[in-house]
Amino acid sequence: MKKVFIIILLALIGYFLVDTVYNIPFGENRIGSIESDHPTVAGYYLSNTVEKSRVANVITAIVVNYRGLDTLGEVTVLFLATTGIASILYRRKEEEEDVERLSLPSSMLIRTGARVLFPIIALLGIYVFIHGHLTPGGGFQGGTIVATGFLLMLISYKGFNTNHNIMTWIESIAGLSFILIGVWGLISDNTFLGNIPEIGKLNSLLSGGLIPIIYIAVGFKVAVELTGILDILLKIKPNK
Amino acid sequence: MIILVVFIVMALILIAAAIYSIMHRDLLFAVMGTGIVSLILSLFFYLLQAPDVALTEAAIGIALTTIIFIITIRNTSRDEDEIIDKENEKL
Amino acid sequence: MMQEEFNEIFVKYHEIITLGVYGTSIALMLIGLYAVLMKKNLVKIVIGLSIFDAGIHLLFVGIGYIKGGTAPIFSPGYENAANRMVDPVPQALVLTAIVIGFAVTSVALSLIIRLYKHHNTAKIDQIKSLKW
Repeated sequence: MKKVFIIILLALIGYFLVDTVYNIPFGENRIGSIESDHPTVAGYYLSNTVEKSRVANVITAIVVNYRGLDTLGEVTVLFLATTGIASILYRRKEEEEDVERLSLPSSMLIRTGARVLFPIIALLGIYVFIHGHLTPGGGFQGGTIVATGFLLMLISYKGFNTNHNIMTWIESIAGLSFILIGVWGLISDNTFLGNIPEIGKLNSLLSGGLIPIIYIAVGFKVAVELTGILDILLKIKPNK
Repeated sequence: MIILVVFIVMALILIAAAIYSIMHRDLLFAVMGTGIVSLILSLFFYLLQAPDVALTEAAIGIALTTIIFIITIRNTSRDEDEIIDKENEKL
Repeated sequence: MMQEEFNEIFVKYHEIITLGVYGTSIALMLIGLYAVLMKKNLVKIVIGLSIFDAGIHLLFVGIGYIKGGTAPIFSPGYENAANRMVDPVPQALVLTAIVIGFAVTSVALSLIIRLYKHHNTAKIDQIKSLKW
């Protein structure tokens, strides 16, 4: 009885979704002309990125410069998720000494391979978020790649420990520097997260004003937070 | 012409992996199905001219989502229909 | 070179590719919603939420595609290609949505671990019948 009712409900939702999507033709030009007097929002972003921001990647300019406040909200959501996981899976003080991380006996192949691959993965992640304004990439992608490298080392070796104090300091300094750059923009340019106008030339590493510096701070913060989440999750004792 | 065949095959694999992922009884295979959905979706994003989104979906959906699901399955039950008795014994 | 081939195939077989992109995203949404409504195990419900998110992201990026467009990056040699780029605004939105979807999934899974330690089961109808 319940199954029939749910299938009818899903068919109704599917019919209304198809009816909505049917009126949006796939692949039509909805931006309009770029050099007109009243451009659309996308037309304005595409035509003014080269002159005003000097950044080659349009999506980086949108995420950090034109919509920088939403990136601040996203960094806050990640920080709240880490704090929430750490406080849901808390341990009492008398269990703190004999906690050990999950590690299965790994063969010689895994141990040698992990030790060789870990610096290469970390270097790739740092490259991706430093060049976020020239090639596809950025802070979130690079931070996730570095966290994957740390995960490989945490699974393979039993004695590899990450230092909690250093990670807390890196995360706090990276988060504070994001806000301080925004406040500096408020003081000097009268807008929060305002950019220094017209510095550098296009497609070189030192272009774009404050945009690479913000992405470097976001990259470090995301990498350290995701490593912290994985470290907490791997130390739970099973109930059996 | 080959691109059209690849496109249709990728769409069919996507729907088949999603159906397999919610229908199977063993939870570890269901998690692998979610990983395959993320992988094929990242290829779709590349075909629709969005390289930033493809990189983000590949990095987050394949590596991190699978590992946190596996840690959860390790700490709860692996089978979907696990019935407990009154004295906390697993049948 | 893959972009030009995709563009000519798109001109010839318009119906199939429209059905492919929109139909796949709506099918993913309905499959995810079925898993949320019908399944009894908590981990299966979270898997259904993750598949539902994937369908939404595909729909957004599919709406922003323009026929004959290229990726929105000003590489050296392409500095005047601003009037044949795809729409960059939905891509910036989906970038944020993927990260937030991952954060919500991880908090939900940690709640499931905590619930299992207390009630010793992971099915919702068993949890309703056990009293504290």
